Amino acid sequence: MTTHDHDHDHPKIIDEPMPGYYEIMETAVRELLVEKKLISPGEIRRQIEVLDSRTTALGAKVVARAWVDPEFRARLLANGRAACEEFGISFYDDTQLIVLENTDKVHNLIVCTLCSCYPRPVLGLPPDWYKAKPYRARAVKEPRKVLAEFGTEIPDDVEIRVSDSTATVRYLVLPQRPAGTKDFTEEQLAALVTRDAMIGVVKVNLEQGIAV
Amino acid sequence: MISASSTIQIVKALGEEPAFKAGDRVRISVRYPVGHYRVPIYIRGKQGIIEKILEPAAVNNEEEGFGRNAGLKGWYYRVAVPLTELWPGYDGAPHDRLVIEIFETWLERI
Repeated sequence: MTTHDHDHDHPKIIDEPMPGYYEIMETAVRELLVEKKLISPGEIRRQIEVLDSRTTALGAKVVARAWVDPEFRARLLANGRAACEEFGISFYDDTQLIVLENTDKVHNLIVCTLCSCYPRPVLGLPPDWYKAKPYRARAVKEPRKVLAEFGTEIPDDVEIRVSDSTATVRYLVLPQRPAGTKDFTEEQLAALVTRDAMIGVVKVNLEQGIAV
Repeated sequence: MISASSTIQIVKALGEEPAFKAGDRVRISVRYPVGHYRVPIYIRGKQGIIEKILEPAAVNNEEEGFGRNAGLKGWYYRVAVPLTELWPGYDGAPHDRLVIEIFETWLERI
């Protein structure tokens, strides 16, 4: 028994709940694969490290470059994967990347209704709400209401284009460069670009970033 | 130098070239095969327009659903479907639309 004689100025420490059905299944399958020598624990750890090395900052760099370099922007829109690879952003899986450009006439929004497809090589892991059923179901059915809940009002004369990412292609939204950033450096621009803007649930604005 | 002269007719195998092109009108099939094949229920039976052929050709998803990741390849398309076609009573703007990747075996010409 551990002693427990201090005053209680911290919340009660709650043990982790019992693992769920799918957690147990994942552990069982993983242990079997390791036991059969199909994969090694080192490979699993390495892939987690690969995923953790991918963050929103990579996508923000790509967007900022597209804003300042029209030739890069053209290459990015023509072949998203090849253009990201110019930055050394490798694609460790078989996915392609299509970059969707927001304009005065079109606002793009990304969702994966079936699961959680997401441009992980460029943005890292998706936020929890992206994987949750309410977002996945509602983004394709009432995108304007979903956007409004993120604080984003899109005028009716602008088309909402929802891309449901279901198969081999991943999507990245190229947001519009905000007004008033003419004198910004590429680094200052990159600091304005948030994850949510590259999913398409918000626009990039000067208040969001650190370069106000 | 060996080159295909203009007198040689290369006959392409079925499925080697995409069956649809951008602008074609299509319907997404209503089928319920067993397995995981990346065609959400909500899109089946709906009509849309081919926006783009996706390169390169990819493994047939119905095969892949059973772990067969090599062999038969085919074409994915980005298919645009108006949200008013998807959801009767959609009250956003009439030009709002969904674009989704659909494998060729799920598309019917209309």
